[in-house]
Amino acid sequence: METSDNRPKVLVNSRRTYPNKRVRRETFVGWLFTLPALFMYAFFVLVPFLLTILYSFFRWNGVGPMTWVGVKNYVSVFQVPNLIGTIFNAFWLVVWFSFIPVGLGLIVASVIHRVATGRFGSVARTVLFLPQVIALVAAGIIWGWLLALPGLINQMLKAVGLSVITRAWLGDFHWALPSVGMVGVWVLLGFCAILLLTGMTKIDPALYESARLDGASWVQEFLAITIPLLRHEIGVCLTVTVIAALAAFDIIWVTTAGGPGNSTSVPGIQIYILAFTQRAIGLASALAVMLMVLVVIVILPIQWLTRESAQ
Amino acid sequence: MKVARSELWAGRTLLLALMAFTILPFISIFMTALHPSGTVPRGLEWPAHPQWINFVTAFNMAEMPKLFASSIFIVLSVVPATLVISTMAGFAIGLLRIPGSRVLLFLFVFGLTLPFQGIIIPIYFLERAIGIYNTRVAIALPLIALYMPFAVFWMRTHFVNMPSELSEAARVDGASTWDLFWRIHVPLARAPVASLGILTSIWTWNQFLLCLVLVEDPTQRTMAGGLGAFQGHYANNVPLLCAGTILILVPTLLIFILFQRQIITALLQGSVKG
Repeated sequence: METSDNRPKVLVNSRRTYPNKRVRRETFVGWLFTLPALFMYAFFVLVPFLLTILYSFFRWNGVGPMTWVGVKNYVSVFQVPNLIGTIFNAFWLVVWFSFIPVGLGLIVASVIHRVATGRFGSVARTVLFLPQVIALVAAGIIWGWLLALPGLINQMLKAVGLSVITRAWLGDFHWALPSVGMVGVWVLLGFCAILLLTGMTKIDPALYESARLDGASWVQEFLAITIPLLRHEIGVCLTVTVIAALAAFDIIWVTTAGGPGNSTSVPGIQIYILAFTQRAIGLASALAVMLMVLVVIVILPIQWLTRESAQ
Repeated sequence: MKVARSELWAGRTLLLALMAFTILPFISIFMTALHPSGTVPRGLEWPAHPQWINFVTAFNMAEMPKLFASSIFIVLSVVPATLVISTMAGFAIGLLRIPGSRVLLFLFVFGLTLPFQGIIIPIYFLERAIGIYNTRVAIALPLIALYMPFAVFWMRTHFVNMPSELSEAARVDGASTWDLFWRIHVPLARAPVASLGILTSIWTWNQFLLCLVLVEDPTQRTMAGGLGAFQGHYANNVPLLCAGTILILVPTLLIFILFQRQIITALLQGSVKG
């Protein structure tokens, strides 16, 4: 160890005489800084990632011997309707978790931006953002009750004379997935709206003023100025919400657990059931690998499209 | 900006409707929680005799003090560790730019796209093998690791934007790498570290999947994990379930109301950078 008095001299000297030694020492110390993070990440993320891929080529019940089965698990994922169906469901969920919150969020953000700049606007912001901070499990439980037969949704439908369509929404084969999707809208709308709003406030108001002088309507303004200039923020919203849809678990687990039948089963739910109740580790791992590949395939184009235009 | 009167009212109506859509669910579970335990009330109906005792019952049945202590324990073991090791790594990658830092950064960023479900199966077997399964540590350790991609990337974004003159001046004054980190850059990194702390605290508090898979005893879980177990037991007793949900929401909502500005900013920046 050096003492602090002689260090300046050492540094100045070493720059001329022993550059390699100093650089090597600094590199070594620098690597020491990354070691704790790297170790944790490698042990609990990278190793499990590789093990998931490895498991996916075996038939294994978690305790007995592992049997090599090649790509058979992947073939099963594609052939068994209950498994490939989870991937279709996940894409359906994207419409609810992603397209609706982003689309509606754009409208809400521009409304707040135009007509609610004062007190009302900031209250609206706080309120809309609220569902984003609560646990998804709590959101699921709350909506499980709202969508139940005696719950608020049916009560409101009856109040406006629509008792014909009341039902146990989460127990209905056709309506369970859209109902779960509604929970996603509730959770993600505020997040998207506020994120898009912060983007909007960065747009130069002069652009809007000149557009208005030219007699542009709200819709024209929206399409010609707001959307193109918000491409980066829209990309971020899409990325976050698409991942939330494809990797959904908490909300669905507490509302329907994938049912009725498999009508709301998504990869996350099926991976859990296969691995921890049916003990089909290999098959569950194959589905997990497919989920991870799917996320990358869907996210990369979004990132690429929105990043390029941001420049 | 000048806006037509009709647009003003249309816009405000839309906002009010959406605010009602956001708030009504909370009001509904609150009213339901006050109905007699075991009954099935209607969605929005003030009870004849509000049963405030339901909150006490749910408090005892969910073993709330234990659950609360367990959540605090997990948050206090995850968040400080995450902050320290990700700040160090972000410093080395973003500021020291050690050889290989691009590869390291890529390695961490790769983890940003990994859904937890993708790697939970091996984590389960790994933890059984090293004997920490079904303890609070079983949740804490993987969580720290799972936050690394985001946390390192977040801190690196901060450090990469620091002017290099600062470090050079400190070097000339004879600062070691550790001095540079601890005396100069950590104090300057307070804001991003605080945001990261808020984010990881909320995420930890709300973590469910890891609790479900890695810990069987609900009182060793986080709040959200405990709530999941509570729902399993009392799914048919709607008023109690609602009371329990409210109890678990209260701490989060209080913290949100107190720190809403910081939390909203942190969550937004978190997603933009992440």
